Order: sequence, then structure tokens, then C-alpha cells
Amino acid sequence: MNSTFTAPRVDASLDVDQVHVWRGDRHVLKGVSLTLRAGELLHVWGANGTGKTTLLRVVCGLLRPEQGTVAWGGRPIGAQRAEFQATLAYASHEPALKSDLTALENLRFAVGLKRPAADAELQACLDRTGVGRCADLPARVLSAGQRRRVAMARVLGVKAPLWLLDEPFTNLDLAGTGLVSSLLHEHVSGGGLALVVAHQDLDVGLAVRRMELDG
Amino acid sequence: MIGMFSALRLILQRELLLSLRRPDQLLQPLVFFLIVTTLFPLALSPQLSLLRDMAPGVLWVAALLSSLLSLDALFRGDAEDGTLEQLALSGQALSVIVVGKTVAHWLVSGAALVVMSPLVAIALGIPLAAFPTMLASLALGTFTLSWLGAIGAGLTVGLRRGSVLLSLIVLPLAMPLLIFGANATDRAIAGVNPAGAMYFLAALCVFTATLAPFAATAALRITLE
Amino acid sequence: MWTWFYKLASPPYVYRVAALLAPWLLAAAALLIGYGLIDGLLFAPPDYQQGNAFRIIYVHAPAAWMSLFAYTTMAVAGAIGLIWHIKMGHAVAAATAPIGASFTLLALVTGSLWGRPMWGTYWAWDPRLTSELILLFLYVGVLSLRPAFEDQGRGDRAAALLALVGVVNVPIIHYSVLWWNSLHQGATVAKFGRPAMPGSMLAPLLSMLAGFMLFYGAVLCQRLRGEVLNRERQSVWVREAMKS
Repeated sequence: MNSTFTAPRVDASLDVDQVHVWRGDRHVLKGVSLTLRAGELLHVWGANGTGKTTLLRVVCGLLRPEQGTVAWGGRPIGAQRAEFQATLAYASHEPALKSDLTALENLRFAVGLKRPAADAELQACLDRTGVGRCADLPARVLSAGQRRRVAMARVLGVKAPLWLLDEPFTNLDLAGTGLVSSLLHEHVSGGGLALVVAHQDLDVGLAVRRMELDG
Repeated sequence: MIGMFSALRLILQRELLLSLRRPDQLLQPLVFFLIVTTLFPLALSPQLSLLRDMAPGVLWVAALLSSLLSLDALFRGDAEDGTLEQLALSGQALSVIVVGKTVAHWLVSGAALVVMSPLVAIALGIPLAAFPTMLASLALGTFTLSWLGAIGAGLTVGLRRGSVLLSLIVLPLAMPLLIFGANATDRAIAGVNPAGAMYFLAALCVFTATLAPFAATAALRITLE
Repeated sequence: MWTWFYKLASPPYVYRVAALLAPWLLAAAALLIGYGLIDGLLFAPPDYQQGNAFRIIYVHAPAAWMSLFAYTTMAVAGAIGLIWHIKMGHAVAAATAPIGASFTLLALVTGSLWGRPMWGTYWAWDPRLTSELILLFLYVGVLSLRPAFEDQGRGDRAAALLALVGVVNVPIIHYSVLWWNSLHQGATVAKFGRPAMPGSMLAPLLSMLAGFMLFYGAVLCQRLRGEVLNRERQSVWVREAMKS
């Protein structure tokens, strides 16, 4: 698995400007701003309940902020929703796998909707994340760590320039953590963008910008 | 990015594969359909001549109620394991996803109901001559209902007691199609030309199938926030 | 001109203006309803066919009309909130819903009472009453959906979407029920005979309708103030207003 995506678009840049989000009475995001350019990794951290997941969902375009804008390549994502979402890979808290489908079938559908990918390539992604043997096992029999690795294989398979990862190290052992770190390293040094929410320190072998969200 | 039709095909494959892996979920609404229709002869009378008069109504109400059961699951599975978000973020228009899921859902539930209806029709004394109209009206009606249910399911999937709310929302909207569908079957049993009712039913189906995808997509977006 | 429109979207402005309008609307409503009731119940000539029982039309018809008007208002206000993200739109929709449901209930009860002397029974599946009943179900759907969401904003948007879907279906439901009823007519016409409307009958009826409309306006203002306070309870101006 060499470069994790084809060629980064020259205008690959993420700009979040003064985003405010209320959930009921709680002012969850209070004027959050950030920028991300090609070849950068931003580590967002903070205590529980400070809105880290909410921020990721706003960046994805799932949640519309009450105030503030999110722009990709200089244009607001609202104006280019489908195209923007085609350029991102989002890994949420849950591994988001269908428990009745095998790991390979899960990838076939999840990756296949974004880009045509042959089974051989998807198998290679599974091999890269260390769950190649699980390709034909239904997701429900996999351990939590294995499911997390399949989710990472999906992120690889999609070949997206922008990675949005929510707690990608959950349920992973030392080897798994090392794997995700090296995947991040490859992605970012190859010109990709990554926004990672994690409550532990990142050891990716690159300069990492950090941003703290406080409640 | 892959094209719209390839995406539709992929979604249909996914949904059908998932349904086949859980055959019990396919069969339960069908069994419910049978059970509900059995309730009426037990509650009223075993005489076929009497049942025949009520047959269209019984058939349609039973079809409505069992469709509601299966519609609740339209988005629920994906919402619970987080794959709904992934579908929304796939870069495909969300409406394409919704069309694919709803059509697939109809294929495994509504169409299955239509296929089972002759069994129920015989039990209720509906004459064979009325079968073509009955089947056609049920096909149109269940398809329309799948779309109404998609809107309701989109609105209620994340909620506690969402299935009760789903019924509350969908049933009043389904009353026109109940009127036309039952009437068409009724006319066919009486030997009268059912064309008028069938045209209304078809018009309702086309109207709903054209507008509902937008409403269901908007509903899902609200749910996904 | 647009500044007026923007003001309408401002919660403190709406709060103040509603307080000013409400008493006037209520007074005008009381006058019109008072005149309508007195004239209609006491002075208007009895219908030659239905005798005095038809007088209930002076309450029933305006109530039914208002139930439809309120549903449409709710749908339009919700649409304004949904499409242009104007929160006051959702507030108006939320305030209108229970008022509209009450009008529907009033129309159903008065319709049923009217039916007793007409058909000998309190309910005979008359097409217009049946449509009204289905409208009540649509109201219940919207009223149940909004509070089911934990987040107020999502609940508002979901209810607005449902109201829009409902408003599109109201004519469909109305005509299909009319069609259904016409198929099953016996020899006796169990429909609300529309009495011919000489001026002496029309005047109190229109007065009642106008009165109901103003009454709706007055109650809307009151409920809207409550909605605004509730929705904006975190904001500074509300806390100031509560102190005074």
C-alpha cells in the first residue's frame, strides 16, 4: 500500500471559522476556528463533553452550525456537499460495520459507494491493517479491536485526502496503536490532511498541531 | 465518484443481502399479516359469504398494519450501528440512498405481501376473478405505503417509542390509499369495472413516489444532526 | 421594508408587539363573537328544513374553517423556519398547533351535536366530519412529534417537515373521503345540508368567522410570548425582562 490516495488537490484546505453549536441549552461549541492544509495533522483534545465529536460532525457537514462557516478549498461546504463528502473519510466512535456482513462485504459497500475498488484491493487494505484473515468472517464475531482495524481499512480503501478520525485508538492494543500512528504518518507525509480527536497524546513521528476544546 | 445508477445498484445489493442474512425479519411481518387476517373470521363469522363482503377491508387493513411493522426497521438498523452516517457521507446524494433503501424494502416486504395475498384472499372468500385487481391494487398500495413509511421512518428513527409515533404519523396519511385500494378490490369482487378507483390509486402512487423521496431525505438529515 | 421583516424575526420585538396586540385582538374578537352569537342564536330566522338545530352552524362552520386555516398557518410558519432558518417561524408553528387542534375538536363536537337532531345519531361518518377527524389525527401527529426530540431545534424541524407533508395531503384526504362517502350513500342523505344563505344568516356567520380569527390572533400572541420566553431563556434580554 503505497500512497494512500491519488494526488492531493492543490486547493485542499479546510477552514472552520467561528462555529457555534447549541445542543438544547448547552453551548457546546463556542466560536471554534481552525485551519488545516495539505500535509498537516491537527490533534483535537479536551475533556469529555467538550464537543469534540460535535466538531467533527460539523466539519463533515452532518450538523449545521447555528453560526460560523466551514469551507473546503475556499468554498463553503453547504454549496458542494456531495463533492466535499466524497473527499473525506470519517471514522466515528463506533466502527460502523454491519454485523451480518463479512469484513470484506462491509468494505465492498462502504468503499464501493465512493470509488470502484476490486476485491483484491480491499483485501490488501484489510491485510495492511492486520485483519486480512477476517475478510470472510461476519463482523459480529470479530473482537472490538478487530472491528476498529476493519474501520481503518475502510478509511484506507476510500483513498480520501481528508481524514476525520474520532478516537481511532479505542480498543486497540499496542500494536494496533502503532499501526494507526504509522498509517497517519504515511497519509499526512504524503500530502493528506488529518483531523484526529483523541484524548491521549499522539506519537506519529511528525510535527502535530494541537488544539484544545474547553467546555 | 461512481455514478448514480451504480450507486443505486450497490445499495439495492446491500439491502437485499442484509435481508437475506436475516430471514426471520422478513418472515415476521408476513406471519403478522396472516395472524391479523385470521382474527376477523374468529371475531365475526366463519361464513365465507359474510367474509367476502368484508374481505377487501380486512385484507387492506392487515396489509397496512403489517407494513407498518416492517417499515419501522427501514433505517433503524443502520442508525443503530452507525452505518447510516457513513451512507450519508458516501458522497452520493442522500436521496439516492433513500430511493435505494425504500425500493429494496418494498421488494422484500410489500412485494412479499402481494405474493402472499392470494392465500389470504382464498381464506376470505374472494373470488378468483377479482385476483388481478386485488394484486395490482396491493402492489400499487404497498409501494405508496413504503414511501409514506420512509418519510415517517426518517422522522422517527432516532426516537424512543419511535415505532408508535411512526404509526401515528403514517396511518392518517395512508387513509386515501386505503379508500381507493379497498374500493378497487370491492368492485372487482362485485364484478364491476374497478378502473376509476385504480386510476386514483395509480395517481396517488405516482404523486407520492415523486415527492416522498425529497421529504424522506429531508427527514433523515434532521435525524442525522 | 425589509427591516420590518427582519424585526419580525427578532424575538424581543415579537415579545413586545404581541403583548401590545393581544388585548386589542381579544376585545375585537369578543365584540364580533358576541354580536355573531346573539344575532345568530336569537335573531336570525330558523332554517325552513332544519328548524333551530342548524344554529349550531354559527359555531361549527367557523371552527372548521379555523382548524384548516391554523393547520396551513402552522405549515407555512414551519416552512419559513425550515427553509430560511428563522426561529420565530418555528415558534409560531409551535404556538399555533394546540390552538388549531382545539378548533378541530370544537368543530367535531359541534358537528356531532348537530348530527343528533339531523340523523338521530351522534356520529354517521359524514364526509366532512370524517375529514375533520383525520385532520385531528394529523394535528396529534405534529403535536406528538415535536416534544419527542431532546433537542428543541431538531424537534421544530421535524414537526415543520411533518406539517408540510400533512398540508399537501389535506386536499387529497378531503377528496378521497368525499369520494368514499359518495359511493356508499343510501337513499337518505346523511350529509350536512347546506342551508341557502340569505343575508340575515350570512352576517352573523361572517361575524363569527372574523371573531374566531381575531380570537386565534389573540391566543396566538399570548402563546407566542410563552414560546419566545421558553426558547430564548438563555439569552440576556429574557433574563433582564424576568427581573423587571
